[in-house]
Amino acid sequence: MNLFGKLSWTAIPFDQPIVMIASALMILAIALVLGWVTLKGHWPYLWREWLTSVDHKRIGVMYCVLALIMLLRGFSDAIMMRAQQAVAAGGAQGYLPPEHFDQIFSAHGTIMIFFMAMPFMIGLMNFAVPLQLGIRDVAFPTLNQVSLWLTASGILLTNISLAVGEFAKTGWVAYPPLSELQFSPGVGVDYYLWALQISGVGTLMTGINFVTTILKMRAPGMGYLRMPVFCWTALATNLLIVAAFPVLTATFAMLLLDRYLDFHFFTVEAQGNAMMYVNLFWVWGHPEVYILVLPAFGVFSEVIATFSGKPLFGYRSMVAATMAICVLSFLVWLHHFFTMGASADVNGFFGIMTMIIAVPTGVKVFNWLFTMWGGRVRFTVPVLWSLGFMVTFAIGGMTGVLMAVPPVDFQVHNSLFLVAHFHNVIIGGTVFGAIAGYNYWFPKAFGFKLDERWGRASFWCWLTGFYLAFMPLYVLGLLGMTRRMQHYDNLNWQPWLLVAAIGALVILAGIICQIIQIVVSIRARERHRDVTGDPWNGRTLEWSTPSPPPAWNFNVLPSVTGIDAYWNRKQSARAHPHDAAQAREYEPIEMPKNSATGFITAFFAVVSGFALIWHIWWMAALGVVGALVTILVFAFRDEEEVEIPAERIAQFDRRHQAEVAL
Amino acid sequence: MNIAVALDDVHTDALPDASEAGPAPKRVVVAYGFWIFLLSDIVMFSALFAAYAVLVRATAGAPTGAELFNQVSVAIETACLLVSSYTCGLMSVAIGSRRRFGTYFFALVTFVLGAAFLALELREFAGMIAAGATPQRSAFLSAFFTLVGCHGLHVAVGLIWLAVMMAQVATKGFRATVERRLLCFALFWHALDIIWIWLFTVVYLMGGRP
Repeated sequence: MNLFGKLSWTAIPFDQPIVMIASALMILAIALVLGWVTLKGHWPYLWREWLTSVDHKRIGVMYCVLALIMLLRGFSDAIMMRAQQAVAAGGAQGYLPPEHFDQIFSAHGTIMIFFMAMPFMIGLMNFAVPLQLGIRDVAFPTLNQVSLWLTASGILLTNISLAVGEFAKTGWVAYPPLSELQFSPGVGVDYYLWALQISGVGTLMTGINFVTTILKMRAPGMGYLRMPVFCWTALATNLLIVAAFPVLTATFAMLLLDRYLDFHFFTVEAQGNAMMYVNLFWVWGHPEVYILVLPAFGVFSEVIATFSGKPLFGYRSMVAATMAICVLSFLVWLHHFFTMGASADVNGFFGIMTMIIAVPTGVKVFNWLFTMWGGRVRFTVPVLWSLGFMVTFAIGGMTGVLMAVPPVDFQVHNSLFLVAHFHNVIIGGTVFGAIAGYNYWFPKAFGFKLDERWGRASFWCWLTGFYLAFMPLYVLGLLGMTRRMQHYDNLNWQPWLLVAAIGALVILAGIICQIIQIVVSIRARERHRDVTGDPWNGRTLEWSTPSPPPAWNFNVLPSVTGIDAYWNRKQSARAHPHDAAQAREYEPIEMPKNSATGFITAFFAVVSGFALIWHIWWMAALGVVGALVTILVFAFRDEEEVEIPAERIAQFDRRHQAEVAL
Repeated sequence: MNIAVALDDVHTDALPDASEAGPAPKRVVVAYGFWIFLLSDIVMFSALFAAYAVLVRATAGAPTGAELFNQVSVAIETACLLVSSYTCGLMSVAIGSRRRFGTYFFALVTFVLGAAFLALELREFAGMIAAGATPQRSAFLSAFFTLVGCHGLHVAVGLIWLAVMMAQVATKGFRATVERRLLCFALFWHALDIIWIWLFTVVYLMGGRP
């Protein structure tokens, strides 16, 4: 038996210049970053302050950084596909061979959903939720760190597949029997499965952590109906994670058993049932789209209320709508495959449920509109993204309701109409929300604002690019073009695909604007500095603490008396200026100690995952034992918390007050 | 004292709403978080149950449940697991009153009963495999081995966890973290019973009929 399982030099695709160049660029970029960190001697700082940090704000920032990097990776896949489809018509074959094109669309979907959209949303929740709830950290800080690094492990494995071996050619959903060993004998599907199993465990831990945090750890006085709407949407999202991700884990486990141990859950032989995979996958998959979009709804609610200078219209109906979506999202999964051949009654039920779910979403849109109505709206970058969202998402929602009608769905199933629809809601909802949140909370995280001019340029490029790239796909879908085509003979489609390719280039311009925006803002950070901690005249508690907030978040735990806690406090301080000036009493604070547990566990998870993909059994065992030992060492440690003395907190507070006064 | 009368004496508007009381104590937070984890675990099992229910008739010519299951052996397994839950409860009582010997003793009994359950289950699996009813034979057998095996894996993890916890009691005593982990272990162990009751009913009782 081979010591390295299936791994050999032939795993590296030397004969494919595109893959080799892309891998070389990726390795070069990583080497440059690592080299720069080493040269500047930043490793001790990085290790002490970030890699071993259990601070929810740091973890949130790292999630967002991961997501932004993966946005670049996923987007380069997208632009390659658009370029291929723009040219590969009739006699021309384009520049991507089918087996490579198949990997690109699979990687694009997997990366964008699991490694861009999810980490971005989880990053924003990590950063903002404990601050908004007025507490010092999440319920389980070290577990939070483990979640982050397990997500990073999944990302690393997926990106290793670019250079070593291959990625899945099955689409991001990996339907059997295509994804079974019989039809996908390579390691591509194994990369997909192990990367998602490892990061999925991390996501589940995040879900448990945040449900517990939100339900059990709010500041005194912060009753359920006083929580900011972002916290409500975070609660709904994390409830969905807890209820949906275990199904994905179980489903992938079954597929893994099929592939590794010759089980027959979804195979063609021995009466396996491939449609069971499709059902189980979407029992997770449909809640997943709400996992992605609900936090974005929360961001828009915060942004719109803050920049309209008004309390959110219909707070209670917003909460009710969020929770209704949370429940209904489990009752619509079959609309992803009406063509399965279920009876008309079954399809009818799921069609109607799908239409019903549009109702609470509509309620939300009207709430945002009415919040702006009569308000003094400041058209900052986050507001532009929110407005772009409302228009775009409404269109995406309407095409969604259209496809909820089973007979219509039979016509457009798996066509580019569907591709246009889900990009319409995911880009218009989740991505716009993520970027709005990024612009909104950036000054809180780093103490200076992002450049407005480049932010606006980026927004307009993204918005125009989005419409140019995806409206033609609706037309193409109606013209009969199916998704995932490496080549087509119908020359009538080509003009539309050329427009779509130009749209992708305009989005690229938007991404470049974002990169310039961050570079320009960092260089001019003194000019954009905000010392008050409240640059937007905010309403919720995260703006009541300095920017960046201290490790302990709040010098004194806030006491909440209503919705928009910080806004109320500012109002009453204005009315009774003497109350606010009274001396504060500081108490020492217990904070969780930094730990390398997450980082080391994730390292062993990568070792195990890689070994399992390549059938290197000894190495897989080594990784599992290593992870277990790491957790045991953590469990037997003696000191879990460090105490921050009251003087230090008092000193910090005085300095901050002095800065604000200046 | 009559509790109802005592409650009447308290002015309800003087008390803060329970949801406004501020962060819960650590013990509550940990137990609550662990409950959420157990619920997620139950969701995972429900996916495996669903797969089993879909594939239970997909025997592809291989032996069916009715031909394979030995209900006497499974009844003994069930007894072991349920009694181990009881002894686990006695362990919790011993922990509550800080009795080290009682804790060790009932942990040992729990461990032995859990190990006996696992041994019987493995014997059942070995017997089936020897008779040619391997998980590779049919979709039904794949689903059976996965569902029951997944529960068995949980029991095995529980046994390792229990051993680690006894090492912690020995080296660190009943400090707050150790006590919270023991509480979580107890929750875990009882949850495995809940899943087993379902498993016993759906797989062995309903599947035992020809």
